[in-house]
Amino acid sequence: MWGSNAREAHPIFFHHLMKGLNNGAQMFAVDPRRTSSAKFADVWLGLEVGSDIALANTIGREIIDAGLVNTDFVAHSTAGFEQYKASVEAYTLERGEALTGVPSGAIRELAHSYARADRAQILWTLGITEHHNAVDNVFALCNLALLTGHIGRWGSGLVPLRGQNNVQGGGDMGALPNKLPGFQNVDDRDALGRFADVYGVDLNPVPGKHLTHMFEAMESGELTCAYIVGENPADSEANTSHVRKLLSELDCLIVQDIFLTRTAELADVVLPASVAWAESSGTVTSSERRVQRCHQAVEAPEGARDDIEILADLARRLGYDWGTTSPQELWDELRSLSPPHAGMSWERLEAEGGLQWPCPSTDHPGSPFLHGWLWEDDLAGRAPAPFTAVEAAGPLDRLTDEFPLRLTTGRALDSYNTGVLSGSFNSPIRYGDEIDVHPADAERLGIADGELVRVVSPRGAVDLGVRIQPDLVPGLTFTTFHFPELADSNLLTNDAYDARSGTSEFKAASIRIERIGDCDG
Amino acid sequence: MNNSSVTITIDGETVEVDVGRTILDGCRSAGVDTPTLCHGDNLTPSNVCRVCVVEVEGSRTLVPSCSRPAEEGMVVATDSERVRHSRKMVLEFLGSAVDVSQARDVDHDSDLSVWSDHYGADPTRYGDQVAKSSAPLKREDDLYVRDYDKCVLCYKCVEACGDDAQHTFAIAVSGRGFDAHISTEFDAALPDSACVYCGNCVAVCPTGALQFTTEFDLRKAADWRPEDQHVARTVCSYCGVGCNLELHVQDNTIVKVTSPSDHDVTSGMLCIKGRFGWQYVQPRF
Repeated sequence: MWGSNAREAHPIFFHHLMKGLNNGAQMFAVDPRRTSSAKFADVWLGLEVGSDIALANTIGREIIDAGLVNTDFVAHSTAGFEQYKASVEAYTLERGEALTGVPSGAIRELAHSYARADRAQILWTLGITEHHNAVDNVFALCNLALLTGHIGRWGSGLVPLRGQNNVQGGGDMGALPNKLPGFQNVDDRDALGRFADVYGVDLNPVPGKHLTHMFEAMESGELTCAYIVGENPADSEANTSHVRKLLSELDCLIVQDIFLTRTAELADVVLPASVAWAESSGTVTSSERRVQRCHQAVEAPEGARDDIEILADLARRLGYDWGTTSPQELWDELRSLSPPHAGMSWERLEAEGGLQWPCPSTDHPGSPFLHGWLWEDDLAGRAPAPFTAVEAAGPLDRLTDEFPLRLTTGRALDSYNTGVLSGSFNSPIRYGDEIDVHPADAERLGIADGELVRVVSPRGAVDLGVRIQPDLVPGLTFTTFHFPELADSNLLTNDAYDARSGTSEFKAASIRIERIGDCDG
Repeated sequence: MNNSSVTITIDGETVEVDVGRTILDGCRSAGVDTPTLCHGDNLTPSNVCRVCVVEVEGSRTLVPSCSRPAEEGMVVATDSERVRHSRKMVLEFLGSAVDVSQARDVDHDSDLSVWSDHYGADPTRYGDQVAKSSAPLKREDDLYVRDYDKCVLCYKCVEACGDDAQHTFAIAVSGRGFDAHISTEFDAALPDSACVYCGNCVAVCPTGALQFTTEFDLRKAADWRPEDQHVARTVCSYCGVGCNLELHVQDNTIVKVTSPSDHDVTSGMLCIKGRFGWQYVQPRF
């Protein structure tokens, strides 16, 4: 379990994990914090923030060095092993320990246990992906699965845990700059033609921009109008003071949301929407690619409308009649265009409690795991899976004398993102508007538990209460992002991002902590 | 017979039961109605309440059907005089010691009183002298109410909090004999205990001893109207795991959230966000 605090962020998934542990499974937790998840692990590897690739490469080298590579699988199903082997040659256990701060014995134990296991999974969350080199981080983990063959079989695999109920479905439905529904490429003429035929209009074959590039385009003046549905970037993006400025300088900002969020407050037009999972019907797709039905439970407040109806009405005003807005008919249209969803009839989704794609035909049972083709004699006609050699590169926000501490962010059990939703109930266990500081750092800085301090990053400053927390590696601090009204932690975070994924380096800001009494005012 | 199932006889009928399954499972597949209280499909049987006892030929004592695995050749009687008498007395003991007015047979989705009527159980025949539990109502936060006058010590809450699901271990049975009761560590107030407010204890409680505040307040106001409620099944919005929620709705207002115990993602269990995070749909404060 790598860069994931599932005990708090995915609690019911963690129930399943606990069943595995009770049945004798081993768990290694790789995380700079000794999280409530890590406390259930056999071994906690408390690595330096951003040293994930160094750790993964060290594990890879140790697996190779100890003769634990699944050589048959590597020979049959993968490509590029020799280059990978050369790329990790320098990552000895000793160097790995120096780069990550994790004792070499623990790295060795993880490498051997993972490689020798009958079945093993690597599970990760945003601790892997909210870095400037996020894509390389993922490749580094994929390489380990390819070395050992822990992929494409029941019980083994690479498991990114999704943070929202339909972030998988959003991507599946083509809410990505370069994809059509079903992961067909926007610049694939044949695919685009099929959509154009059904939609009855010509479609733009040029890939769009992801969120981070949109903000860059706002800055350059190329993008002057934004229509934001169900997102609160004025609180959730890294370096929010910059983001708020860009949003407020747009010629036109339209926000469609269920609440007047801080983003909506900046808007020229606000379109009140209903709550998708309780006030309207449709489908969402979970982390395991399972499409499930949502049924309307309550009527929306007067004036709040279903997202689909709003979009269709807007299209009508722009001169396009989309016809039906019935979720079932739209789903059937999708099935006609997206092969992985073709077999998921509305009736089957209801009767079978959801189906996992790919499910290409109505007699197909759905697919509980992917990449089984790696174990087929002819690889199902596909090219072997490539290793991708990647080099360690620490956070862009370097620690300096001016900003000597590392700040990382994450979720708390009872809260969610910018707190717009989870702030609605009175939780007896709420925490996270403080900054967690290791006892050794607190002592050095002369700050006490509960004391209000000023946290300063190269981008901004925020006053936060201190919570002394021993479950951190020294030099690391932690806060959540759930309380932007109280503790605007994203004023501090780094908006440097991975050029391929567009994800910002939320997990690794450099900061200093000042005693309030010591600073001006 | 094959290796994966055993054949038993229940009330004269021959029944095939998968190896490892219980007599209760056999009763269900044979269509033999059996009362349960402490049993839950998503929990390890604790076999404490004894309302499900049956007679097994060759066994000196009655056996709890919920936990006893079926064995090849077993001859089971579920409606013998001995079984009826025992179930009646168990229901009388429970009814005379605690307030079972809201107790449910969850497996049948019916009030426990249906079984009391069926077996002619009359708790009052033990007289007024029987000491009923009289624990003060515990209301220490906005999410739960705990009324241990209704607690039959069935252990379901302890199991859900512990290694059957949540692995938080915030509650256990404390004290012995008549002093036995459900308690947090050192009897700490719930918000100060290890509790993480997943509400799984409340979800599995069969007697109403543990209740969501929304339900408790409506019952207190005599406005809890199950007959006017509908249940919509949907998917929680708070992460990507895909937990199914059952939204219980009364007067266009969500009054309770549960999850189906047979849903293979949740097994009926939720976290604090899924259980209570819906309140933004209808802000109350």
